[in-house]
Amino acid sequence: MELIFRKIAQLSASLVFVILAATTIVLYMSAKPAIEEFGAKFLFESRWGVEEKVEMPVAEQGQLKSIEQGDAAPIGDDFIEDEDDFIMDDEDFITDDDMELGDRKSKVIYGALVPIVGTVFSTLIAMLFSIPIAMGIAVFLSEIAPNALAKPVSVAIELLASIPSIIYGMWGLFYFGPFIAGLFGGNTVSLLVAGLVLGIMVIPFMAALSRDAIGTVPDMLKESAYAMGATKLEVIKDVVFPYAKTGIIGSIILSFGRALGETMAVAFVIGGVYQFAGKVTDPTNSIPVVLANSFAESSGLSLSVLFYLALILFILSFAVIAIAKFYFLRRK
Amino acid sequence: MKNMMEVQDLTFTYSGASEPSLKSISLPVEKNKVTALIGPSGCGKSTLLRGMNRIHDLYPGHQYEGVINLLDSDEKGYTDILGIKKEADLIRLRQRVGMIFQKPTPFPMTIFENIAYGLRLSGIKKRPDVQEIVEQSLRDAALWDEAKDRLDHDARGLSGGQQQRLCIARAIALKPEVILFDEPTSALDPISTLAIEEMISVLRKKYSICIVTHNMQQAARISDYTGFMYLGEMIEYDQTDTIFMTPSKKQTEDYISGRFG
Amino acid sequence: MRLLMNRLFLIFSTLAAIIGLFFLGWILFTLCAKGLTGLNFDVFTKDLIDGGLRNVIVGQIMMSGVATVIGIPVGILAGIYLQEYGGNSKSTEFLRDLSDVMMSAPSIVVGTFVYAIVVVPTGHTSGWAGVLALFILMVPIIVRTTDDMLKLVPIELREAGIAIGASKYHVTMNIVIRYAKAGILTGILLAFARVVGETAPLIYTSGSSEFWSTDLTSTFPSLTVSIYNLATMPDDEMVQLGWTGAFLLTAMVLIINLLGRYASNKKRS
Repeated sequence: MELIFRKIAQLSASLVFVILAATTIVLYMSAKPAIEEFGAKFLFESRWGVEEKVEMPVAEQGQLKSIEQGDAAPIGDDFIEDEDDFIMDDEDFITDDDMELGDRKSKVIYGALVPIVGTVFSTLIAMLFSIPIAMGIAVFLSEIAPNALAKPVSVAIELLASIPSIIYGMWGLFYFGPFIAGLFGGNTVSLLVAGLVLGIMVIPFMAALSRDAIGTVPDMLKESAYAMGATKLEVIKDVVFPYAKTGIIGSIILSFGRALGETMAVAFVIGGVYQFAGKVTDPTNSIPVVLANSFAESSGLSLSVLFYLALILFILSFAVIAIAKFYFLRRK
Repeated sequence: MKNMMEVQDLTFTYSGASEPSLKSISLPVEKNKVTALIGPSGCGKSTLLRGMNRIHDLYPGHQYEGVINLLDSDEKGYTDILGIKKEADLIRLRQRVGMIFQKPTPFPMTIFENIAYGLRLSGIKKRPDVQEIVEQSLRDAALWDEAKDRLDHDARGLSGGQQQRLCIARAIALKPEVILFDEPTSALDPISTLAIEEMISVLRKKYSICIVTHNMQQAARISDYTGFMYLGEMIEYDQTDTIFMTPSKKQTEDYISGRFG
Repeated sequence: MRLLMNRLFLIFSTLAAIIGLFFLGWILFTLCAKGLTGLNFDVFTKDLIDGGLRNVIVGQIMMSGVATVIGIPVGILAGIYLQEYGGNSKSTEFLRDLSDVMMSAPSIVVGTFVYAIVVVPTGHTSGWAGVLALFILMVPIIVRTTDDMLKLVPIELREAGIAIGASKYHVTMNIVIRYAKAGILTGILLAFARVVGETAPLIYTSGSSEFWSTDLTSTFPSLTVSIYNLATMPDDEMVQLGWTGAFLLTAMVLIINLLGRYASNKKRS
């Protein structure tokens, strides 16, 4: 009985690892066709779903004529602000790898650069916005607010951290987006709006984690600083922060990792367009949003491309979170 | 056969340690007497006590050398409990040699359930039998009057001293032959301490007791025999009066008179 | 000068707290205002096809519920293993850290994984695929909370159990788990709350449906995915329904969280 129980428990514990390994393997296998087709250039290619005619050498049978490359539409142009670009036409999802137009062969080019840039930049904007505010909240809760105030506000922050991200997205689409557009000009859905909404979403999470980190500073340590005549700012700056440094940095990096993979808060407000945001108030795309929107309509190579994107996101966010966890947030 | 248990040349090394914590210790535990183990922190007295019900087994990797003899139930001979390998025999050992810990450890159950739990494990399941033993154990532990109207309340609602008495009731419900006390009053206030000490004096009539204590005066108060340990060795073992008044080793005398501690 | 800096800092910090709370308050306010206006009995009695939310609410709870039911034994057993049997070995620490990492993993990637192993082979979305995705998201949470709660159980309690002659299995299940019961329960509630609000992993694993269904083997309705669809429709009534749904979803999540808190605080007193 003992042994059976122990074995079953052990099996359950390994399940987490099994799932992780399975995910990596399955994503890789599904992405393989795309990886083989595009290789590492995928990461630097900015075109998406663009048909490109391929220069073919003259075959022995002499059937194919040599044609020019570069008939592809100039999506590389960064400054298109056309509203039409929101809509994904059927043209964007040509799935036949080799379409023969007359005597020409062409293939569809996919590139991850736009979603990658969108993901990274929206998250960076989110961090820039949320870090000062979350730190301010964390310090306020642990060092400044009187207990009677700190307790309910702490609970409020934790409850806010549990609000589903889709809510942030909806609010962003109908209220915050127009607000920002009114303030800064530009589109109601854009990189800026997405970054800010993401930032607001991440604040409670980061604040709660940082507050916990700050809470580990022993009272006696702080008291000795105050006893020497230090001001609150000085105690926080010179005693609290250095002591809680790893925990705080860890919470920031962990939030970064979370934000990278965030879908719903961003899906409503980033625009979903496969082009760079020339100005920060332009719409663009991010990896999770591409994944959320495109699966239903894809098959074959374009489906494999999505898995390639998913793999990239998985590795990226996993790396960031692992760094946060294994380096900064070590358990003692 | 006047010894309930006999430790003979016991050497014990903790898992991963370079030096043994117990070096060739010998100690008799006489029947129906209280044997106290005293000595400064780290001398090994708790380690020795915990070897006697093999609770070290919870943390694998230790090395035992030597023998710990326990008198057989038929009183015709001894068995070396260090040789016990089967789980079922270990369980049986712990039902014969009970242990009370430093901090009161009520199980997260009702007062009644706390005591009934061990009974059920040992096969006593019928309600009237269980009830009778629970009541008797609580009486012997001087807790019945305070607990009789609260038997179905959570045991954690009791005070520290009461909780420790509950643990004692729990142990004696199994009708062990030996009870090991590991600094049982160090977490209690003086009044509860006194109550427990009085109880131990009474318990010796039915059980053989071995108690580890940090408090020399406690040893002097309640024990018949005392063993003084230092740095893993048994320095001196004798009748309590002798140890405290006319010790034969200088180290013992130094400790007793407070020259080191 | 020092005092001035101090003053400024305190003001900034308090300001930051106010700004942060302001935005969050704005969100909640909007949610309540828009959500409540659309709240009526129809929402609970009619399905999406008729302009209500009955089927999607039930669907969401059903999928989350099934995922929880499967996840509880797996998660608790894993947590027990880590704390009670794993010891301090490197592999135990590794599994612990891994569970932590999985807790923050992007949920859309989990959806993608399930898509590949369930939806593609079966050729269609299904409730079970959604359940699997939610299960994967939920297990690490239960594992870690169980692990942490068991850690709080004093060593002496385990020793006392052994000293009474109980086997390790008995001690773990009857004594240790009982002691940590409230905390573990809270962990389960919080895991459920987290999972019931998920959208991304459901979008193409369970898909969406406007009809009443309790059949997990085909496309299954869910509140979150429907909110996503409704909010982006050009029809104002649909959008309003989306807000109502969002309000109900948030209310559900907050209530469960509060319940969890209440349960763990009650134990302490």
